[in-house]
Amino acid sequence: MSIRGKAFIAGAYEHPGRELPDLSLAQIHAEVALGALADAGLSLSDVNAYFCDGQFGFGGISMADYLGLSVRYTDSTNTGGSSYIGHVGHAAAAIAAGKFDVALITMAGKPRTQGRVRPTFQIAPEYAFEEVFGPTTLGMYALAASRHMYEYGTTSEQLAEIRVAASWHAQFNPHALMRTPVTVEDVLASPMVSDPLHRLDSCLITDGGGAVVVVSPDVARSLDRQCVKVLGHGEAAKHLGGGRIDLTYTGAVWSGPQAFEEAGITPADVDYASIYDSFTITVLQIVEDLGFCEKGQGGAFVSDGGLIAPDGRLPFNTDGGGLCNNHPASRGGMTKIIEAVRQLRGEAAPQVQVRDCEIAVAHGNGGSLATRTGAATLVLGREDT
Amino acid sequence: MSELGSLPTPVPPVNPETRVFWDATANGRLLLPRCTVCGSVFWYPKTLCGACGSVAVEWIESSGLGIVYSCTVTRRGVGDYRDAVPYVLAYVELDEGPRVMTNIVDCPPEDVAIGQRVAVVFHDTGAGCSLPRFRPVAQTGSQGLPS
Ligand SMILES: [Zn+2]
Repeated sequence: MSIRGKAFIAGAYEHPGRELPDLSLAQIHAEVALGALADAGLSLSDVNAYFCDGQFGFGGISMADYLGLSVRYTDSTNTGGSSYIGHVGHAAAAIAAGKFDVALITMAGKPRTQGRVRPTFQIAPEYAFEEVFGPTTLGMYALAASRHMYEYGTTSEQLAEIRVAASWHAQFNPHALMRTPVTVEDVLASPMVSDPLHRLDSCLITDGGGAVVVVSPDVARSLDRQCVKVLGHGEAAKHLGGGRIDLTYTGAVWSGPQAFEEAGITPADVDYASIYDSFTITVLQIVEDLGFCEKGQGGAFVSDGGLIAPDGRLPFNTDGGGLCNNHPASRGGMTKIIEAVRQLRGEAAPQVQVRDCEIAVAHGNGGSLATRTGAATLVLGREDT
Repeated sequence: MSELGSLPTPVPPVNPETRVFWDATANGRLLLPRCTVCGSVFWYPKTLCGACGSVAVEWIESSGLGIVYSCTVTRRGVGDYRDAVPYVLAYVELDEGPRVMTNIVDCPPEDVAIGQRVAVVFHDTGAGCSLPRFRPVAQTGSQGLPS
């Protein structure tokens, strides 16, 4: 069974806030839930399935209570920042199986006002063999960047091009946290945090959240709003492989082909891509792993405006992404879906709207990069594809 | 700025599955799990072989020698490492095969490079076990070339 065309994203909403000291976490969930449902033309009483990352414990029960939902299905898969992209795939599969017809997916967080804490789990079996050596979030990504540079000659200038493209897009997004375009030189001049990654190779830390509503074809037809068709989905968990870890690629090498096959497309068919951008190296590895270019050629691919909308080789993260717009809860998967929906509806900022955008990809990475890491790929199409 | 070799020595959580490994570190021995069915020598220490699914796993002693597979100079630390910067976080590829997370010590952080030959040193946690870290040693043969 395939999920192709069996489910639609009917509503999407990104919280406009980037620093929200006066809202509770539940309030942010509620605001984005109401926003996405209003976008779809639905209400809380229409929801019969609820998805979240389970940050309050015991999955989605707490927020189902808060929102007053009557749900017959919950899913709180937590694969870090890729969680929500996985949720859309799971919701589509369950809709195709007839389990429900309106799924609400929400996420929220306040790392900007509450402080970001690197998530670690002392009871995990690998903990004792890693955390005692002082890995930081940036350090783990830096290890992948160092090895990629060593094997393929990737340069800091090429990584900086990714930030340059994101910052170019962000200037057209009135809600973006950092709206000033930067140059390669700006990135290289920013403080080195963990060689070879600089401060400007890194994503933002923002409060906020987002939500999407996934519905059955029957519900989609009943709505006035332009919906987005779910075409394909893939997931993977990459790990140490018994200690034969290869830091030069991510789980996208497995999740991407699954999603593309289900959608019946190839990377060449993709008009726009939302690519997880916790750090610049994340984007570089993922564009290679999804097959937009050969392994090791990511540096050349992202250079010379390769990622800049609307005319680059692969217009990416036209909202400014997690690097310049928003990285709520330090989990960028939800905003990746939302910008892909905007592009397919023709509702991105006019300066970065991809012409005749029919096929979009949203890819999420979770946990770390190229070590123990989740990957989720979603292929979306215009309602009439 | 930390003095060379003065990295923190946080105490790892030890459980019944990993006690043999950590007890050996107190005696300056780096043990690796080896599957007696398929022969795989793997990391991290555990009693199930992910290569073949066997639970017939024995401990062997590592030579403690390897090369740097990847490294980064961390300039902003957190937790126990907040005041230890700059320090080198690395994966070392042991001669027995596994790539293990560690620190490279006893040299200026900027001097550490991928491909460099290293040997294990043990830093006592004061709690009955030691952390296996690595220090540069003279290059031998072609170990420095990329695989
Ligand atoms: Zn085995």
